[in-house]
Amino acid sequence: MKTYIKIKLFLVALFLSLGVLASGGELHLEEAHTDISDTASLQNGAKLFMNYCSGCHAISFMRYNRIAKDLDLSDSAVIENLMFTGEKVGELITTAVPEDAASNWFGGVPPDLSLVARSKGTDWIYSYLRGFYEDESKLFGVNNSVLPNASMPDVLWSLKESQSETEFDQGVRDITNFLDYVGEPAKLIRTELGAWVLSFLALLFVLSYFLKKEYWKDVKYGIWRSRE
Amino acid sequence: MNKKQNWIDQRFPLTKTWNEHLAKYYAPRNFNFWYFFGSLAILVLVLQLVTGIFLTMHFKPDAANAFASVEYIMRDVEWGWLMRYLHSTGASAFFVIIYFHMYRGLLYGSYKAPRELIWLLGMALYIALMAEAFMGYVLPWGQMSYWGAQVIISLFGSVPVIGPDLLVWILGDYAVGDPALTRFFSLHVVALPLILVVLVFLHIVALHAVGSNNPDGVEIKKTKDKDGIPKDGIPFHPYYTVKDIMGVFVFLIIFCSVLFYAPALNGYFLEHANFIEANPLQTPDHIAPLWYLTPFYSVLRAIPPMFGSQFPGVLAMFAALLILAALPWLDRSPVKSIRYRSSPFKWALGIFVISFVILGWLGMEPVTPRNVLLARICTFLYFAFFILMPWYTSIGKTKEVPERVTE
Amino acid sequence: MSEQTIDLKKRRFLTQATSVVGAVGTGFVAWPFLSTWKPSARAKAAGAPVDVDISKLETGQLVRVLWRKKPVWIFKRDAETLKSLESESLLEALADPEGSGNSKNQQPKYVTPNYRSIEGKEELAVIVGVCTHLGCSPTYRPEPGAADLGGDSWKGGFYCPCHGSKFDLAGRVYAGVPAPTNLMIPPYSFVSETLIRIGVDPVTS
Repeated sequence: MKTYIKIKLFLVALFLSLGVLASGGELHLEEAHTDISDTASLQNGAKLFMNYCSGCHAISFMRYNRIAKDLDLSDSAVIENLMFTGEKVGELITTAVPEDAASNWFGGVPPDLSLVARSKGTDWIYSYLRGFYEDESKLFGVNNSVLPNASMPDVLWSLKESQSETEFDQGVRDITNFLDYVGEPAKLIRTELGAWVLSFLALLFVLSYFLKKEYWKDVKYGIWRSRE
Repeated sequence: MNKKQNWIDQRFPLTKTWNEHLAKYYAPRNFNFWYFFGSLAILVLVLQLVTGIFLTMHFKPDAANAFASVEYIMRDVEWGWLMRYLHSTGASAFFVIIYFHMYRGLLYGSYKAPRELIWLLGMALYIALMAEAFMGYVLPWGQMSYWGAQVIISLFGSVPVIGPDLLVWILGDYAVGDPALTRFFSLHVVALPLILVVLVFLHIVALHAVGSNNPDGVEIKKTKDKDGIPKDGIPFHPYYTVKDIMGVFVFLIIFCSVLFYAPALNGYFLEHANFIEANPLQTPDHIAPLWYLTPFYSVLRAIPPMFGSQFPGVLAMFAALLILAALPWLDRSPVKSIRYRSSPFKWALGIFVISFVILGWLGMEPVTPRNVLLARICTFLYFAFFILMPWYTSIGKTKEVPERVTE
Repeated sequence: MSEQTIDLKKRRFLTQATSVVGAVGTGFVAWPFLSTWKPSARAKAAGAPVDVDISKLETGQLVRVLWRKKPVWIFKRDAETLKSLESESLLEALADPEGSGNSKNQQPKYVTPNYRSIEGKEELAVIVGVCTHLGCSPTYRPEPGAADLGGDSWKGGFYCPCHGSKFDLAGRVYAGVPAPTNLMIPPYSFVSETLIRIGVDPVTS
């Protein structure tokens, strides 16, 4: 019996790992290496996002004051540096571009980016922002290697010109990091909380284990031991 | 304490029930790892009910607001993210537990007489649980919710003659939309939970009527002492209550590891496409149900259209599910437990498990010629396990089953 | 070992220890569930402070704004009205003129008891327009001497049509009416001479 269980387990493991490989896809993406615990990076990413992206892209499931709380910023710092359109700090982060106008200007509606990190992944975002190249035949003169025929202009081109390659790269990483946080703000506390929960459960397991062992003495050699 | 107990006992069979089903209910002494999963299933059912109740307090079951209300729960509701992850991880955990629970039945012949009804009630629970999970996944109204619903429900449209009308009746509309979402919400939150709870109750009543099987397949009630207690039986309480509690903590450690460190499990528990709101004008590249439904999805896709209809595939899918119910009557072996079964049976079971797992994996993969061939082979092997069972359980040498359980 | 002496003390200890730690764990688990009932970020945002521009507010004119889903009245009182709020005959007719009895929790600490407004800005009244009886919104009856409200004894104020409660122009409740307390004054402050913010206390210097 044991041998074929081993064979089964091996085959299951093999196919699970194949599953991971098979879903890789044809697109080559660079690794983003973002670190959601790097608050400075998140703050810079928030600033860059609000300055270069929020004109067209909403992150309408986020509130300004949530960013303040999570990124160690005061409400007034957020109002001064991240809010340009006179909303209140508790409101959702929307964009002023009306959908029909966007269709006309860009040939498509700039999607809400609240969950882009969860649907496409950080590697995709990072590679996309770095994937613009000149293409005269396109509306804005650029195309994108990650999303061919993207309707979006290369909004970060001025940074690309004025900054060094490492600076620009870090900026893109910061925006990606920020969008990763925006995709799931709870991620900031989730793993830390998990450590406490698992420790507490380990304690409960140890106690219940000794409790079980104590009672099962009855079954092993006590009043409920095996009888003829 | 005794006075209060007396007052209740005169009006309600509290002590009697406690004794009959816990303190003086005798279960075999040799339960092993495979016997934890029944109590774990009850635990996860309760978890899903409670977290579901709290999610319903904030979720908006209409197409315009459903997706946003889930993100509202994830961000604006205090601890809402934990409710959501408990429920989504709980759903997958439920199926892991149930598959282990059913496998125990296959290993030890727990479906054989006189326990056929327990098995049939279990089958009803399995089907009800799949319906519950399917409808639950539609509710967040993401791309996979919408298109998964579209694909699976349109199968009903392939039924001959009545198909198209049946489809419109199920959807309450000409395509998946707001009416479908709202009625699925009602079924998922009220109807199916009630059915599940009733079926669990019946399942346990049927079990207690006969008594549990065990890893040796020995009927412990055959050997009783002078007080009428099975010699190989021990009271469920305190011995299995205390052991199951320990099992609960082991389960919770694994469960919480996933919950807090990888709740989406890289797309296996929460699919990437479902973080995009449902768009009737754009189909995702790749539609797949969640992992626990993929084996049957594979069977569906393995059968080619015949006479211009997808219906044979639909029939095969349901047949693959329902044939499990026939096990008590297909299995002709006098021996229950795999410990004493013949070699042909062990090979058959091994091949069955491997085919089932491969079918499950294939259901998550895109359709390629190689995958289709593999799916067809595994579907054949899957059905062969059942169809050939009357034959291979009658041949081969079984080992002698002991009179008493082994430890 | 074929004989066993059951160590009851150990069993009791282990059972109790596991139960206590389990109960603590249950408490930790219950907390998030109960917390989901607290006002969400959306509810808190909807309950955010409301700014009102009073630059064009004329004396006697009543402006209504919605704050935390309740109507708040904003109006200016002239010097004569303010004087009438301190008249003996009015104070005698009120249930709690000082605001220190039943109505002691009906206003922030920084509003003066005589006019129930901020010191230095006495003419402006900011009052929550919800009757303290059963929640209807009283009508504005500023004209003194209204015949249906008691003629000469009526100095102007608010009359609730549901059950007949009466309040003066500082929101103080008359004695002998169904409403038990003075109308509530919300937290409010002056952002500038012409802009008030309802929901935020003044910054203390």
